[in-house]
Amino acid sequence: MSTRIKRRSGAYYRAMRRVRQIALGCVTALLLFYVLFPYYWAIVSSTKQGAQLYESVLLPALDFRHYKELFRDANFATSIFNSLCVAISTTALSLGLGTLAAYALGRLNFPERRSLLLTVLMISIFPQVVVLSGMFELIRWFGLYNRVWSLVFAYLIFTLPFTTWVLTSFIREFPRELEEAAIMDGCSHWRILTSILLPLMGPALVSTGLLAFILAWNEFLFALTFTLTEGSRTVPVAIGLLAGNSRYEYPFGPIMAASVTVTLPLIALVLFFQRKIVAGLTAGAVKG
Amino acid sequence: MASVALRSVSKSFGHVPVINDVNLEIADGELVVFVGPSGCGKSTLLRLIAGLVPVGAGDVVIDGEVVTDIPASKRGIAFVFQSYALYPHMTIARNIGFALETLGLSRQEIDAKVAEVAVTLKIDHLLARRPRELSGGQRQRVAIGRALVRQPEVFLFDEPLSNLDSDLRMEMRMEIAKLHANLAATMIYVTHDQVEAMTLADRIVVLNKGCIEQIGTPQQLYHAPQNRFVAGFIGSPRMNFTAVSANVSGASCHLMGPGNLSLDVAITGPGVPAEIGVRPEALSIAAARQGKLTGTLERLEDLGHEHLAYVRIAPETAWSVRLPNSLARTALGTSIGLDWRFEDLFLFDKDGHRLDHSLSHERSAAANGALA
Repeated sequence: MSTRIKRRSGAYYRAMRRVRQIALGCVTALLLFYVLFPYYWAIVSSTKQGAQLYESVLLPALDFRHYKELFRDANFATSIFNSLCVAISTTALSLGLGTLAAYALGRLNFPERRSLLLTVLMISIFPQVVVLSGMFELIRWFGLYNRVWSLVFAYLIFTLPFTTWVLTSFIREFPRELEEAAIMDGCSHWRILTSILLPLMGPALVSTGLLAFILAWNEFLFALTFTLTEGSRTVPVAIGLLAGNSRYEYPFGPIMAASVTVTLPLIALVLFFQRKIVAGLTAGAVKG
Repeated sequence: MASVALRSVSKSFGHVPVINDVNLEIADGELVVFVGPSGCGKSTLLRLIAGLVPVGAGDVVIDGEVVTDIPASKRGIAFVFQSYALYPHMTIARNIGFALETLGLSRQEIDAKVAEVAVTLKIDHLLARRPRELSGGQRQRVAIGRALVRQPEVFLFDEPLSNLDSDLRMEMRMEIAKLHANLAATMIYVTHDQVEAMTLADRIVVLNKGCIEQIGTPQQLYHAPQNRFVAGFIGSPRMNFTAVSANVSGASCHLMGPGNLSLDVAITGPGVPAEIGVRPEALSIAAARQGKLTGTLERLEDLGHEHLAYVRIAPETAWSVRLPNSLARTALGTSIGLDWRFEDLFLFDKDGHRLDHSLSHERSAAANGALA
């Protein structure tokens, strides 16, 4: 005996589908507004002058004076250069070290592997504030205080664990037979890594590298603590410490202009590597 | 060219023994097939020979030389993987020539050798493509080409045809047989496909739970299996078994079992039969109570070129019968008899060893005749 299923007319299901589509559209619009509005507001504010800032007008005033001032400011250029140095070095170092570590943790069998992986994960869950003072002492001992390289050193503590973690899981999913084929072809571990694994890890490297870059580029707390003078500041600190013409004026416009400017490289990077990232996310799903 | 030998080879993964004390001699130029149920250790054994998995105990000998501690790439061996394991980011030409690149050969030498191999395998028009642009059969050819180009002394194949559809599988099976005939190289071939094993092998090694059950020619394994496992593993559909109770008096023995089984056999060696076996193709249908066994016809299968009948002889035992012609559908559910020639009867003792009876020599003679 078959169970009787209650069924309505075709028109009912058609209407339901319409309702669902409309609801989905509304939710999407809400989310987009939530995500994009702050950035849009920053753009709008950065083109306004003085009292205009206090009017709630949604359209930009299209006055680019703040941007012109910003680019004439030598200190801002220095901090952008500092930020680039820090972010690029951090990314390169964490990818390099992370790949080597991930290959060892993902492929080579040694007894302490599990506990080592857990330690890596443990490191990445410490809040920044907890390690701040200890890190400060370390940096003093190494004589890195108020130098840009102190930040590379400090950022590795949170970029390296997650790069290692992500790349390890990628290498683990890597087909074993491909590596065995390389061994039969006479490859050393190093050659397997450079000739076989790395070319195929492109998407994973790009996604993790991008995340590391964004983290290093946006970081504020360490950057504020470990640098002192304007010459060694990175962009987030420089923006945070922008001063107005008088102590009673809050330089809202210039701050917004600077914020918009420093976000552009990130957007450009993400758009440039977009296809690679998508490929990286689906890499495990497709059989070679 | 080279012979291969395994001397008391064992291997465990953690505390799980995978290979137990395996001894095996493979002659130069021989094609040996490893078969066994999944998890029997056949792939592991192949990887031990290749050097991809380190040996736990014992020695691997290639061409009279102990190679146990020599790295995989220096053993003069080529390995064809089940998944082909082609490098996805390299062209076909580079895939084939990669081993030579690692050896440090010059570009011209590599190109010449790759071209030569590609022509042999009819893949010369694909050299500029990448693996993902190739069909399964073409990828398989590339994988074989990658093995060929190194001119190895021993070829190892790990279920190379299991990812192909049946037409291609047959075609590639012939190619491999041809390759073996042309190269006269030693080849070791792992498969779970009986047809591949029976058609390609000079000798078959049947593995079970990390041990060798029997080594022999396909005919020996089919006609004179040493034990119940081999008897049940070789042949499709598998051999029919049923437990019997034996009444031994001197050399003669009376067997009683389900389906009104009542038989006299003459045992020529020691041991008491505990089980009998008959292959489906050796059975014929007789009228009820006329054959050696009686059962109920339960199901008929028409495969076109052959017909299978399933006859239930006990609540938990059904025997399959391979017939050239179909039985009448109306016979379903009725009681029928099963008959066989005496030399087609296999006897096993309670440990599964096969016992000889007075007519088994005729079957062995048939096996040896097929050999000659």
